[in-house]
Amino acid sequence: MGVPGAWYLTLAAVLFGVGAVGLLIRRNVLIMFMCVELMLNAANLSFVTFARMLNDIAGQSTVFFVLVVAAAEVVVGLGIIVSIFRRRAAATADDLHSLKG
Amino acid sequence: MIPAALLVHSVLANAHVLANPAVSARQLGHASAWAVFAVGAVFILGGAFGVILTRNPVHAALMLVLTLFGVAIEFVDEQSDFLAAVQIIVYAGAVIILFLFVIMFLGVDRKETSAREPFRAQRPVAIVLGVVTLIEILVVSRTADWTSGAMSVSGALHQAGADNIQNLGQSVYTRYLLPFEMTAALLVIAVVATVVLARQRDRVAAEMTREEQTELLGPEEMAEHEVRS
Repeated sequence: MGVPGAWYLTLAAVLFGVGAVGLLIRRNVLIMFMCVELMLNAANLSFVTFARMLNDIAGQSTVFFVLVVAAAEVVVGLGIIVSIFRRRAAATADDLHSLKG
Repeated sequence: MIPAALLVHSVLANAHVLANPAVSARQLGHASAWAVFAVGAVFILGGAFGVILTRNPVHAALMLVLTLFGVAIEFVDEQSDFLAAVQIIVYAGAVIILFLFVIMFLGVDRKETSAREPFRAQRPVAIVLGVVTLIEILVVSRTADWTSGAMSVSGALHQAGADNIQNLGQSVYTRYLLPFEMTAALLVIAVVATVVLARQRDRVAAEMTREEQTELLGPEEMAEHEVRS
């Protein structure tokens, strides 16, 4: 039935790579955050694929927990970003260099 | 002319397949699974490249919706119906809305400035590293087995008489009950932490400017304070 799991895993690997490159090349804090979401989704996709390949429900349960943790992470991360932006009008990660010394 | 002849030829060659309903249904199911996979892959990759290449954060957020929708399509293709629904509700419904709220409330939809470049070689190095990582993953995947180990260690994916939601609920509420309770605690902690972070702290009157003090107290009372001090 259906597409071999290797295709999904390859797609997940490409998605993870794109997210990692985006995290490194972008300066906007919000877009860097979105790239983290891309990488989380790549991991979720491979979890579901492994669940299907091994015929094991644990993969899907793990994705459920990853979704919850990702939601909590987004809430806290955006709260931190809001408080940073309120303190200073800096749009990029390079402007946040108070700890540079 | 030649493609038409090929089409006729292929139809004739597959006539015995079309005549057999079981075989044709299986082939149709196979083809549709591939089609769904391809559509989802196009959504995922197009959205992902859109996120990292667009200048405007609002456009990047909308491209992220495209990627998340593509991932939901792939979940449907892999018969994990519940996760596909949750993916749409949680990500497209909550997370993206939160992103858009932050972008619009803060007015940070300005363009990235590349005037200050602390580390000039960062972008080329990042792209090279990303490509190398991708090639490594793909090479490893071709030379080694994708999956190994025992099947169905923590319960089968498809059990007789139970659909995906029943199976997943059984797993989460029995075997993974403790992690489930911990996620509840995590969510409460995250909500409280966000309220604390985002709360506008009241400034005491001594930290305010004269205009703000006047606005707070009113002109008469302000004059009274001035006289007293």
